Amino acid sequence: MSARSELELAGQVIELVRRLGGPAAQAEAVVTRADLALTRFANSAIHQNVAESTVGVRLRVHVDGRTAAGSGSVVTTDGLGALVERTLAAARLCPPDPGWPGLTPPTPAPDAPPVDEATAHAEPDQRADRVGAFVAAAGGLTTAGYCRTAHRSSAFANSAGHTAYGRSAEAAMDGIARRDGADGVARRCVDRLSDLDGTELGAHAAAKAQAAADPVELPPGRYEVVFEPAAVADLLQNLSWFGFNGKRYAERQSFAEPGAAQFDRQVTLVDDPLGASGLPFDAEGTGRRAVTLVEAGTTLAVAHDRRTAAEAGAQSTGHAIAGGATWGPMARNLRLSPAAAGPASAVGRSTTGAAAGAVVDTDTAALVAGVRRGLLVTDLWYTRVLDPKSLVVTGLTRNGVWLIEDGTVVRAVRDLRFTESYPRALGPGAVLGLGSRAVRQPDRVDGAWWAAPSVRLASWHFTGGASG
Amino acid sequence: MTEFDAASAAVQAALDAGARYADARVMHRRYESMTARNGDVEELTQDESIGLGVRALVGASWGFHAVPDLSDAAARDAGRRAARTAMASARVPGPPVDLVAVEAVAASWASDCRIDPLGVPLSDKGDLLVAATRTMAEHGADLAEGLYQIWDTAKWFVSSEGHRIDQRIRECGGGISATSIGDGETQRRSWPSYRGQYGTTGWELVESLDLAAHAAQIAEESRALLTAPQCPAGETDLILGGEQLALQIHESVGHAIELDRILGWEAAFAGTSWLDLAQLGSLRYGSELMNITIDPTIPGALGSFGFDDEGSPAVKRDAVRDGRWVGVLAGRDSAAVAGLDYGGSVRADGWARLPMVRMTNVGLEPGPHTLEEIIAATDDGVLMDLNRSWSIDDKRLNFQFGCEVGWEIKKGRRGRMLRNPTYTGIGPLFWRSMDMLSGETVPWGTPNCGKGQPGQIGHTGHPAAPARFRNVRVGVSA
Repeated sequence: MSARSELELAGQVIELVRRLGGPAAQAEAVVTRADLALTRFANSAIHQNVAESTVGVRLRVHVDGRTAAGSGSVVTTDGLGALVERTLAAARLCPPDPGWPGLTPPTPAPDAPPVDEATAHAEPDQRADRVGAFVAAAGGLTTAGYCRTAHRSSAFANSAGHTAYGRSAEAAMDGIARRDGADGVARRCVDRLSDLDGTELGAHAAAKAQAAADPVELPPGRYEVVFEPAAVADLLQNLSWFGFNGKRYAERQSFAEPGAAQFDRQVTLVDDPLGASGLPFDAEGTGRRAVTLVEAGTTLAVAHDRRTAAEAGAQSTGHAIAGGATWGPMARNLRLSPAAAGPASAVGRSTTGAAAGAVVDTDTAALVAGVRRGLLVTDLWYTRVLDPKSLVVTGLTRNGVWLIEDGTVVRAVRDLRFTESYPRALGPGAVLGLGSRAVRQPDRVDGAWWAAPSVRLASWHFTGGASG
Repeated sequence: MTEFDAASAAVQAALDAGARYADARVMHRRYESMTARNGDVEELTQDESIGLGVRALVGASWGFHAVPDLSDAAARDAGRRAARTAMASARVPGPPVDLVAVEAVAASWASDCRIDPLGVPLSDKGDLLVAATRTMAEHGADLAEGLYQIWDTAKWFVSSEGHRIDQRIRECGGGISATSIGDGETQRRSWPSYRGQYGTTGWELVESLDLAAHAAQIAEESRALLTAPQCPAGETDLILGGEQLALQIHESVGHAIELDRILGWEAAFAGTSWLDLAQLGSLRYGSELMNITIDPTIPGALGSFGFDDEGSPAVKRDAVRDGRWVGVLAGRDSAAVAGLDYGGSVRADGWARLPMVRMTNVGLEPGPHTLEEIIAATDDGVLMDLNRSWSIDDKRLNFQFGCEVGWEIKKGRRGRMLRNPTYTGIGPLFWRSMDMLSGETVPWGTPNCGKGQPGQIGHTGHPAAPARFRNVRVGVSA
C-alpha cells in the first residue's frame, strides 16, 4: 500500500462522514498500515517467530455536540461505510460532550527522520541471524529474548481540511543470558536493524550473568544506588504515565507542579518523539515536537492533547493517543538528559573478583567509583503504583544486583523488593551523578522508547529481600 | 469464500511450502467500551476486527503470519509466509517438537448469553454509567468513574490434522470506582472491583452487579479513607476478600503453573516459575484447604470456552489437590516436552497473535467456612479487599499487593477502616498458612492479563472466596 492510498483511505472516511453525517459533522481519521515482526528465542533456540501485516482505521466523530470513536480492520468500501455508520449512530446516542476541543486546523507536519528501508522491510533471516549471534556470543550460557522490527505507514485526515502522512521504522533487541538462575541483560532500541549487533549484546548479557552468579541476600533498608539505563527507563515510564499526563494533572492525581523545583538540578526530561524514527503527528493530527517537561530540576510542563489542553488553557503538545479521553495524553519518547561530560573511569577498576563483568560501560563505572556503600541495579521489574499522586511504586530488581563498597563492585546480591516514591527519589539533592550517554531502551510496543544514562541516587527504599 | 475456506487455504499453503503441521484461525471480534466520569460519558469506543493467523511447523521450528484479508490469495500467501518464517527459525534450532495427540473434530460451541450486550441500546448503557457516576460525585467522590466492556468473538479453527471448529464467545462486564483526593495522596473504592467484573455471559451480568445501588457507599468510603488510620506495619493474621484472593491466585498460582514458564520459554520477559517439573505430584504448594482447579467448563466464567486455540476440548483438571501440586496449564507442544499427555490451555489474543499457554479458569474450590465465621474466629488481624496494586517477581514467589481498603479485626469483630493496606510474602509459604476458607465463591474475571512478545491480553477467570492466612507481613510503605 502506498502513501497515497493511505491518505486516500483517510480522505474516503472523512468524505463518508460528510455524506452520511451531514456537512456539520466533524471527523478525524487515522489509517495505519503496520508490518511488525518479532523473532523470539528461549533456551538458546528460536521458539516463536511471528509477523503480521495489518491495516487499521480509527475514526472519531463529533455530531450535534456528541462524540464517539470507532475503529476497524476492514478497509473495503463496505467496511469503511459500516465503520462510519456505526460510529455516527453511536455518537447520536451519546450524551452531549461539552469538553469537545474541536479539530486540529490545517498545519504543516514537522519533518520526521528518514525511514531506513532495510529495517522497514527486514526479512526473518536477518532477525534470526542476530539472534544466532547473540546466542553464540553468550559462550554457552542459556539465552532468551527477542529481535524485532517494525514499520508503520500512517495517514491522518480531518474534516477541517488537515491532512498529514508519515512513516516510522524501528528495530529492537532484548536478551538475557543465564547462569545458574542468575541473569544478565542487554537491551537496545535503534532506527536501523543494521545497528543491532547481536554479538555485542550477547557478550554484554553474558558478562553480566557471569558476574551475577552466587548472589548473597542483603537485609532490606535504604541504600544508595546506581541504576543502569534499563532501570532508569522504568522511572521515566512511570513518571510519564502518572505524572506528566495532562488528564491526571487536571484531575489532581499527578504530583506535577509546573514552575516548582520538584527534582534535583541534574534532572532534565525531554520528550523527543522525532529524536528517532517516529510518526510526525499524534492521534489528533497535531504535529509532534520535542517538549521539555523538566529543566534543571524544575517542572515546566505536562503532556497535553487537545482536550486536556483546552481544560488547562494551554496548547496541545502533540501527545494525543487512541483512548486518550480515558487514559490521558502520554509522553512516550522520554529522555533523561545525560551529564555534559562524565568523569572518565576504566571499567576494570570498578569491579573485582567474581563480580568482574558487572560493570560494562565507563559511565556506570564512573558512578560506581563514587559510592562508599550501595547497590548497582541493572533493571526493575513488575512495578506497580500504590498511590498515583505521590507516585509510590513497588517492584523488584531483576537481571543483576551487586553490592558496591568503597567504589568497587564486590559481589552479586539476590533480588530485592522496593517501595519508593519516584519523584522523591529524584528530588532536590537526591541525584548524585549521571552518566554521559543516554541509551535508548525499547518499550513493549514499537514507537515508544525511554532513553537514559546510568544514574546515581542517594537513597532507594528496599522493603524486602528475596525471601520475604 | 467462507471463513473455514480461508483457514483451510492458509493451512494447505503452509503444508505445500514444507510444513509438517499447520493450523489457522480466522477471528472476527467486535468490541465496545464506554467510560463515564462524574456524571458524563467520557468515551465510547467501538472496534471491529477480522483477520487470519496461520501457524506452521517445519521440522522443529515454528513460524506464524497474520493478515487482515480473507481472500484466497491472501490466505495462501499467509500460509507460505508462516512456513518461510519457520524455516528462518531453523537458523537457531531447538530440540525436536512433538504435539500431544488431540482428536480432530468438527464442532461448534457458543457461550451462554441471555441478553446480547451489543444489542442493548447505547443510551441504556450510558444512562447506567452516568447515573452511577453522578451518585458517586454527589456523595463526595472527586473522581467518579464507570466502565463497561463487551467482546463478541467468532472464530473458525482448521488444522492439518482435520480440526474444523467454530466458536462464538460473548464476554462483558463493568464496574464503578470512586476516588477521593487528599493532601498528597488519593484513596479509591470500587464496586465490584476496579475496572469491573467480567464473564463469558450476556448483559445480564452487568445488570446483576447493580452498580447504582453501591455508588453512594463506595464514594463515602473513599472519602472516609483519607482520614482513616494507616494500616499498621507488622505480622498479623490476614483475611482476604474474594476479589483480592482471585488476583492472589492469578499471580502466585496461575502464572506459576504455566508450563511454558516452567520450561523457560518466557524467561526473558514474563519470567520463569519457582516450580520444578520433577516435583509435580509431590510438592506441597499450600495447606490442605488449597484445592485449585483448571476448569474452562464453568458456565459464565471469563476463562471458559468449548475448545482452546489448538483445538483441544475444554476439560476440568486439578492443579493443586489437598495442598499438593498436581497439574499445569499446557499446550500441545509444551506438554510433549514435559512428558505430559494433555494440553488444552492455549489461546491467542485475536487473529494477529500466536496462540500460547494462558490461564483458563484457575480457582479455589469452596471451603467449609463463611466470611463471618472467619472474622469471628480471628482475635487480632486485618481484613483487606479489592486490589489496588500488584507486583510479583519473575519466578512468581515474592509478591506484594495493595488493597483499596482494610478493616481492623479485634476479638472476632470488624472494627475501624484502615487506609493503604498492603501485604507481602512468598507464594508457597503464604498458601501453606491458609487455615480458613469460605465457601462464598465468586468466579472473578480478569480481562487484562498481559503476557507474550508481542504483547497479548488474556481473559481469565478465578473462582475465589474469602480466606484467612496466618502471620502475614502487612503495612509495607515507602
